[in-house]
Amino acid sequence: MEDDAPVIYGLEFQARALTAQTAETDAIRFLVGTQSLKFDNQIHIIDFDDENNIINKNVLLHQAGEIWHIGASPADKAVLTTCYNKTSDSRLVSCAAVWRMPSDWETGSHESPDDSAHNPQTLELLCRLDDSAHGNAACVLWEPMGDGKRVISLADNNALLWDLQESSTQATVSSTATLEGKGQLKFTAGKWSPHHNCSQLATANDTAIRGWDLRTMSQIYCIENAHGQLVRDLDFNPNRQYYLASCGDDCKVKFWDVRNVQEPIKTLEEHSHWVWSVRYNHSHDQLVLTASSDSRLILSNMVSISSEPFGHLVDDEELSEGEDNHQEDKSKEPLKDSVVSTYEEHEDSVYAAEWSSADPWLFASLSYDGRLVINRVPRALKYRILL
Amino acid sequence: MDGEADGSVTVSEDSGRRRRVHGMLKLYYGLNEEGKTPEQPESLDPCDINGPHFDPELYLNKLRRECSLAELMDQETCMVKQIRSLDSDMQTLVYENYNKFISATDTIRKMKNDFKKMEDEMDCLSANMAAITDFSARISGTLQDQHTQITKLSGVHTLLRKLQFLFELPARLNKCLELQAYAQAVSSHRRARCVLQQYSHLPSFKGIQDDCHAIMDKLAQELRQKINVVVRMDGGSSAKDLSECVELLLQLDEPAEELCDKFLSHARSRLESDLQGLEAEIRPYPSTSALKDASARELASKNIPQMANGKLHAFVDDLAARYFSLVERRIQEEKGVGDNSLLVRALDRFHRRLQAVAKLLPGSAVPNQGTEIVIRAATERVKQYLCALQSFYMDSLTDVRQALATPRLSVAGASLAGELLSSLSASILNQIKSVLASVHLFTAKDITFSNKPYFKGEFCSQGVRESLVVSFIKFLCQSSRQFCESAGDKGGSTPPALLLLLSRLCLDYETSTISYILTLTDEQFLVQHHSPVTPVTSLCAEAREAAQKLLNHYVKVQGLIISQMLRKSVETRDWVNTIEPRNVRAVMKRVVEDTTSIDVQVGLLYEEGVRKAHSSDSSKRTFSVYSSSRQQARYAASYTPSAPMDTNLLSNIHKLFSERIDIFSSVEFNKVSVMTGIIKISLKTFLECVRLRTFGRYGLQQIQVDCHYLQMYLWRFVSDENLVHFLLDEIVGSSAHRCLDPAPMEQSVIEVICERG
Repeated sequence: MEDDAPVIYGLEFQARALTAQTAETDAIRFLVGTQSLKFDNQIHIIDFDDENNIINKNVLLHQAGEIWHIGASPADKAVLTTCYNKTSDSRLVSCAAVWRMPSDWETGSHESPDDSAHNPQTLELLCRLDDSAHGNAACVLWEPMGDGKRVISLADNNALLWDLQESSTQATVSSTATLEGKGQLKFTAGKWSPHHNCSQLATANDTAIRGWDLRTMSQIYCIENAHGQLVRDLDFNPNRQYYLASCGDDCKVKFWDVRNVQEPIKTLEEHSHWVWSVRYNHSHDQLVLTASSDSRLILSNMVSISSEPFGHLVDDEELSEGEDNHQEDKSKEPLKDSVVSTYEEHEDSVYAAEWSSADPWLFASLSYDGRLVINRVPRALKYRILL
Repeated sequence: MDGEADGSVTVSEDSGRRRRVHGMLKLYYGLNEEGKTPEQPESLDPCDINGPHFDPELYLNKLRRECSLAELMDQETCMVKQIRSLDSDMQTLVYENYNKFISATDTIRKMKNDFKKMEDEMDCLSANMAAITDFSARISGTLQDQHTQITKLSGVHTLLRKLQFLFELPARLNKCLELQAYAQAVSSHRRARCVLQQYSHLPSFKGIQDDCHAIMDKLAQELRQKINVVVRMDGGSSAKDLSECVELLLQLDEPAEELCDKFLSHARSRLESDLQGLEAEIRPYPSTSALKDASARELASKNIPQMANGKLHAFVDDLAARYFSLVERRIQEEKGVGDNSLLVRALDRFHRRLQAVAKLLPGSAVPNQGTEIVIRAATERVKQYLCALQSFYMDSLTDVRQALATPRLSVAGASLAGELLSSLSASILNQIKSVLASVHLFTAKDITFSNKPYFKGEFCSQGVRESLVVSFIKFLCQSSRQFCESAGDKGGSTPPALLLLLSRLCLDYETSTISYILTLTDEQFLVQHHSPVTPVTSLCAEAREAAQKLLNHYVKVQGLIISQMLRKSVETRDWVNTIEPRNVRAVMKRVVEDTTSIDVQVGLLYEEGVRKAHSSDSSKRTFSVYSSSRQQARYAASYTPSAPMDTNLLSNIHKLFSERIDIFSSVEFNKVSVMTGIIKISLKTFLECVRLRTFGRYGLQQIQVDCHYLQMYLWRFVSDENLVHFLLDEIVGSSAHRCLDPAPMEQSVIEVICERG
């Protein structure tokens, strides 16, 4: 049971950006980007030692500016993107860039794990994803499960599809899509769908969710008034191609079937303030993680709309021996949609939550005060899903 | 002196004392108030001066041992006083008893004298009686002969009268025939028939009998003819004639079978035409035709002898089925809920006719079917009333909504909410009452079917209570809840004031109205709950839930309106390159204005609520203290470049001691709680928006000014002003963090700007 206790790590600065190192499938590793206007910003590489319950950290400097969004390449462990704010002559500019971590960051940490601030290494800039014509970057999305050659950046009301060439040192815009309408429209969030050969993108602006076909860069669906207030985040169900989760300022998490945009198939109202992040578990899509500015993180078990609505169907051969058979009989009763657990370790608004790419039962959450908390799915539920 | 004082006391409290003394004496003789020996064992204490086992020696010793001299003296005077009073009482009693004895002796002596006189008179009476008996015996002996003669004479007279009747019979029958007084003829003939039969061996009687037969045959012939005519005529008014003829014929021993067939066929044809008429124009009330139908059947059943019963049943059932289908169609057309009494009266009449049939034909299923029709009509009616109530409710809501929408501009609109609420609830209550009164007609005493077990039990509990009253209350709660759900996503089509009003309405229902309505229903209908009914508590819970939901939704909607203003104001400004603040921004004034008007609005409908104790007047001052000390400390930390950790540390320590704030949490049913909810939502939005922006020096200062202004005005609305402090503190803190050049404004300058407004 002790293993279920959360592990907490504190950053010196405030932070909003969190991602799992997508290409890493062995070590449990998260990347956190800090926000500070006065000091050099950092990227913390958080390694979690599952067996000893210990966190190892490494710090890389990100001198370009405060980090609002971070994304890790799905193909190359060392490559990542950030969206950051730069101040120059009392003007604020939001930029996006592709970076490479220095190759020896890991060796440095082993020698002196304590004085990471002592002599931190700096990220190596690969290329900027800037296009002065297209405004401020809000986030950068990697092609899911791709070869790390394509990214999309959302800047104001434009979605730009970039091709990275020559080991990511050059970026060219291959196509763009522009959101047109009354007033100043601005993308607030987006997600690249892993389905349909990675040819679809979902974006959020104000209260609407839009789907785009990347081959023609045209809109394919639109959920008007998806939320009563601003939509903050989106995520695709990794196993069901038409299923999409969204969250927003109306404190709700909604689940959509994009083939029917009139009504959500399910709505959760567990948070008591805006929901900033929603994430499906990569392997077990009934597990949904939501982070909110009510300082809470909620793990929900949405069995009814998952790809395994009747639990995991296990062949008899897969079961090891007779003992497990009895257990399986018990767990056959259908699970109901429920909140698995509410995590209250944070004391400030939680803006980001991510599942680990290496361990499907582990997730991290980041609150504004710089507190990173690593939690596990409760063991009872884990066995219930597995067996 | 002692005695005198004692005497005066005795005089003034004479009666009371006597009673007490008697009580004491009784006690001594072991009698209680009723004069019986008390059941509880007497005290065996030898020192109890009133007890039977009193031992003076022991008592004296005890007194001497335990008491001081003064006490002994007191005891002694007290005892002497008691003894003296007991003595005088005893004397009085003895005198009283003596007097009574003397008067009793006098009475007995007087009685003895009286009895002697009475004995003499009785002897005289018996002698007189004997003389009277003797005389009467003599008189009856002399009158005996004359009496027998008179009896004989009167016998002869009656015989002669009878004979005269017989001789006159043929002539009388003829006359009746002429006058068509068939009924009289038949009855006369019936009277004479047996006598004639008996004495037919005498030639004179034989003659009379033959004459009579001839006449009666003729009469029968005539009757038959008349029947045929009537049947052919097929007139409505002839039903009575027909049944009369049939009756007479039956009395004349005509074959019943044939008559029965004839009669039934005629009745059928007539009723059929009636039914067709009904079917053609289904407008008139069913009662009229019920009358005809039932009356016809009534006669039929009277006439037909036992053997034709089966035939009659088939006939009646067949007709009744068709008739019922017509009635039912007619009732179903009765959709309007205007005048229920008419329908109830019609149903009552219908039911009463059927009841008559039931009396004549005990085995028939007709009355049961009729009752079922009545029951169906009643339940249908209840359903219609429910619909009417619901539509009335929705209509009045629309009215309220319009009333809320129109006078919004004028000042009078503010005070309107309370009036609207009271008029809305009053009109709903009135409507319910009038509906109950209408439905109550079904169970009125003078209505025949109200005695049926269905109308006594199930109709009251299931029909009226459950499917009318309870359903309506449930509908009310449900429709209220729908306002929250539908309005949530589609941009709040419901005006917030309506939400507030409905919430109050539901709350009122929870506290009093539901139980009032249900008690009213139970009283009016004397509901006996055979089957389980929805308890008041569950309805109340439902209403409360609805009220809570509405109020929460109200808070959310109002909070979002203010949030939206704040958000737009933060998002659209370039905070890095703003000018030095000179005023409070207009948005903040607007926020305070709106909050004040919401406060007024809520205050009209909800009670004030409890605030956490705060330092009344000094609270304005505390803000300046708070901002100069605590906040400055936080700034100081963030300015020192060497200690970035301190900022977090300080704010974290601060957070450790403050409770977690649930922003969109449930509110209580009072003004302060509602206002707290709205302000919490607004300020949290402000905070989150600030965190997404970057500020220049003057941007931060502007936020400082704005927050101070909010603090000055918002604390009075909330239950715990520390909450406002904390959130505003957090806002200023966050904007300081997000500031490129954090140089806070002097507190005094801020105050001056805010005072200026």
